[in-house]
Amino acid sequence: MTTQLFGQPIKRNEDPRLLTGQALFTDDVKLPDMLYAAFVRSDFAHARILSIDVSGALEMPGVVAVYTAEDLGAYWQPGPLLVPPPPVPDLVFNPRMQVPLAKDKVRHVGEPIAVVVAESRYQAEDAAEQVFVEFDPLPAIVELEDALLEDAPLIHEDLDANLNAHVVQHKGDYAQAAAQARLIVKRRFLYDRGIAAAMENRGVVAAWDARAERLTMWDTTQAPVVIRNGIAAMLGLSEMQVRVIAPFIGGGFGPKIMMFYPEEVLMPWISMRLNRPVKWIEDRQENFFATTQERGQIHESEIAVAEDGRVLGVKDVFLHDAGAYAPYGLTVALNSQCTLLGQYDVPHYHTEFRSVFTNKPIVTPYRGAGRQHGVFVMERLLDLAAKELGMDRVEIRRRNLISPEKFPYNNEIIYQDFAPLVYDSGNYGPALDKALELIGYRRFIDEEQPRLRAEGRYVGLGLVTYVEGTGIGPYEGAKVTVETSGRVSVASGIGTQGQGHFTSFAQIVADQLGVGVGDVRLVTGDTAEFYWGAGTFASRGAVVAGNAINAAALAVRKKILQKASEELEIDQEDLELADGAVRVKGVPASAIKLGDLAARANPTRGAVKPGTEPGLEATDYFGPERGATASGVHAMIVEVDPETMLIDIRRYVVVHDCGRVINPMILEGQIHGGVAQGIGNAFYEQLVWDKNGQLLNASFMDYLLPTADVMPVIETDHMETPSPLNPLGIKGAGEAGAIPVGPLFAQALEDALSPLGVEILEIPLSPNRLFELVNDA
Amino acid sequence: MKPAPFQYFAPVTVDDALALLAEHGYDAKLLAGGQSLVPTMNFRLSQPGVLVDLNKIADLAYIRADSDGTLRIGAMTRQSTVERDPLTARHAPLLAEAMPHIAHRQIRNRGTIGGSLAHADPAAELPAIMVTLNARFVIQGAGRRREVAARDFFQALFMTDLAPDEILTEIIIPPMPPGSGWAMDEIARRHGDYALVGAAALVTMPEGDLCADATLTFLSVGETPVVATLACAYLCGARIDDACIAEAARMAGQEDMDPPGDIHASVAYRRKLAQVLARRVLTRAFQRAKDGVV
Repeated sequence: MTTQLFGQPIKRNEDPRLLTGQALFTDDVKLPDMLYAAFVRSDFAHARILSIDVSGALEMPGVVAVYTAEDLGAYWQPGPLLVPPPPVPDLVFNPRMQVPLAKDKVRHVGEPIAVVVAESRYQAEDAAEQVFVEFDPLPAIVELEDALLEDAPLIHEDLDANLNAHVVQHKGDYAQAAAQARLIVKRRFLYDRGIAAAMENRGVVAAWDARAERLTMWDTTQAPVVIRNGIAAMLGLSEMQVRVIAPFIGGGFGPKIMMFYPEEVLMPWISMRLNRPVKWIEDRQENFFATTQERGQIHESEIAVAEDGRVLGVKDVFLHDAGAYAPYGLTVALNSQCTLLGQYDVPHYHTEFRSVFTNKPIVTPYRGAGRQHGVFVMERLLDLAAKELGMDRVEIRRRNLISPEKFPYNNEIIYQDFAPLVYDSGNYGPALDKALELIGYRRFIDEEQPRLRAEGRYVGLGLVTYVEGTGIGPYEGAKVTVETSGRVSVASGIGTQGQGHFTSFAQIVADQLGVGVGDVRLVTGDTAEFYWGAGTFASRGAVVAGNAINAAALAVRKKILQKASEELEIDQEDLELADGAVRVKGVPASAIKLGDLAARANPTRGAVKPGTEPGLEATDYFGPERGATASGVHAMIVEVDPETMLIDIRRYVVVHDCGRVINPMILEGQIHGGVAQGIGNAFYEQLVWDKNGQLLNASFMDYLLPTADVMPVIETDHMETPSPLNPLGIKGAGEAGAIPVGPLFAQALEDALSPLGVEILEIPLSPNRLFELVNDA
Repeated sequence: MKPAPFQYFAPVTVDDALALLAEHGYDAKLLAGGQSLVPTMNFRLSQPGVLVDLNKIADLAYIRADSDGTLRIGAMTRQSTVERDPLTARHAPLLAEAMPHIAHRQIRNRGTIGGSLAHADPAAELPAIMVTLNARFVIQGAGRRREVAARDFFQALFMTDLAPDEILTEIIIPPMPPGSGWAMDEIARRHGDYALVGAAALVTMPEGDLCADATLTFLSVGETPVVATLACAYLCGARIDDACIAEAARMAGQEDMDPPGDIHASVAYRRKLAQVLARRVLTRAFQRAKDGVV
């Protein structure tokens, strides 16, 4: 195969449509007779519902229906458990899933209680204000550590505690490591995260066609195939009767995964019941409560190190906040557990977590998906150990890196894909060297920082490493068709939310078939175009769908060569694909355009040979044996104003290794976006709850997303250590930018403020928090 | 996030607007630039029954200077117009310095000077600037007109001297005496955010380093703009040097205010920021006075 397009920074095929407002988003879907839904949501974090009075709402202008849990009958079911528990011995697992509308009890602020359907969204919201719910408030569990107190109120009363899960995993024997250690460092770490805050909120349009007996659903989901299968089963329809379209989506980041959100489950039911299309678009305020988020973990951790800085073992015991329900199993906490050891060769590891229910919105993966929490703990432990040993922070890292000959490297514990955590490949030392060179580590430490300190300036450097488990199974598929126009159409089952799939996947196909990137038309996220698939999550799109598309394109390439070989009466080895045609090598005049060949392969008369298929089309699938492990190093230099504690990021460097790169420009975009979300997490964003479980900052005025003026210029460089687990050698890249920013900030700010003697054991930070830490020091 | 139903009127004269206010009383709300009111309506925190839109009243948008340097600004003048008009820089340079701190350009393009003042958000820049400049506000009611000093206008959180049947129509900014210096600065998490703390200073130092008059006002540290009374008294008549400014700044942050704590800034942090800002704006203001810019 030629590789001229794979690896090129080609401009995105989809951008003209997106930039000129021509792309279809869910809210662009407007159908005749469409109705609009608005939800009545709980004002309380924890309360019994004594009564619901919808009579006033039903009288309001434009109102067509108001539904509560009681109206749903047998359709009222808790959502599915989306990820089963991993095969870990002695695991305790108490799954409790969200319900479409709260029945007897509400468990978090914003939980839906009733849905109002009206001729306009305005009328629906007016009427929603006239639904009266009588509550009997219960004490709320807000703080993680309160969840397991003996007298804690029970969030799910059929359980005897607010325990969602207890998982213990081991590698080696930590007690042995501790006994041999020269030094043991113990600390308590807090790591909190917030909302994904996608530019587009969620939305669903459902349209039941009674004559055709078909349901069409436009849904801002990352996993349309899974939603199609689930909704069909719930409604008692055949999967063929349900078409789910995930059109252009303004950012997924995890919370738009196959959640079977109440709104997602209710719109199809309402449309069938009223026999009219119905739309619900989440507003920004709802997004703070109704869309899943990530939140805090509290870690009690220790590291055992030898005199020379070698890490002998790590022990980490943590609490994880699951929120009011836990439909997504243990993925987030497992990721924390399985990412903590990072790039380091640690022989002994005891890791244990309790996932607890709290009266807050549901926690599911959001870009990084728990990896942040683990990386924070390990990187901080290394910093603290280095300090106590009087060792350079880079040196302690370098001494513990997994060396290249140790791959595949087995960490033994069970990962989120239920296989032992095995890193496929990696080459960590050179990436570290590159980052040190780019940030100018030695010069900064030896010359610049002492000079700046003498001037009374507080400037610090941070440098951290991380791994990212990416590209997990089960599989994706694709269908590649050469049309008689010569254009190539590609359909895949995954959804797309801005990743550049229309370009990077087109590059793969274009290379296989010798056509231009602009000649490849891609369809993602429409179940009518491709039946099978899992979805876009876990940094798996390029790895799994990319390789499936490559396999299907390769199969079409074989068909082209076969057919052309017959037509031209020449051996396949003497043929080449280029410029949208197949030809005898070195004989341009022999070229048959692919469109013409496609027409010949689908004749209107004559016969297609038995045992062959018409046309130039193939469908193929790819499922990796296990996930591919990407890695990277982030470094930054930051200045702190010691009076105001405002910060100025002077340099930000990312050295990244995600195997073979399809499109470096798209990859850089992924990294930039991830770093922005990481900076938000580290220094700007925090969900602030009061003791009653009320969110105090549910708007963009008080929930601070990083804006352009706080973003540094990001300098990136790449290493390419191919994954042996897929033919293209790709590893995922979607989450890398966001993962290590918390510990990077902690280390760099601690370094900047070191004359004032602070120790930073928590994320997020803020100027106010730094002021407190300095005053307490 | 859709507003509750409301009646909408768009009068073209002040008299018509006043008549609508007289008719609808407390049920009516004036719409100026809408940059605060419309979001609160979309959140349904505010549900006025009647909206009286002032945007069609052309007579309320102007900037003029009297021959003595008094600046008169119509209440419906867009903030971006105030920001860019050379008369602002010439006659009220403190106001000119403050304008870019107000939210984002898109908001200033729509937001009006009178709207912000009548809204009386203690975290907004314009109320504190008007207090510092000793501005006066023209208020019209049906058949009556009165003036009120900015200092007396802001009464409590989102509460002003305006009666429900009155409209703020003009802002009058007196000329600065010779030997004046000014400065404004604020600390915000991101550009365009409401400030955690902001400070504005206007000082007069006609000769040498003897301060004749000083006004130091803060935003975001109380329910209204907060004048640092003790610090100002300490500065008046004082010989200005770094130590004197530092002491005034300390008094301002520690004694002149009782700031609130919230999710973005604790009480202690706000006091610290106020002190730092006071020192920075006073230093710059006295330097400008010394340099004889005015």
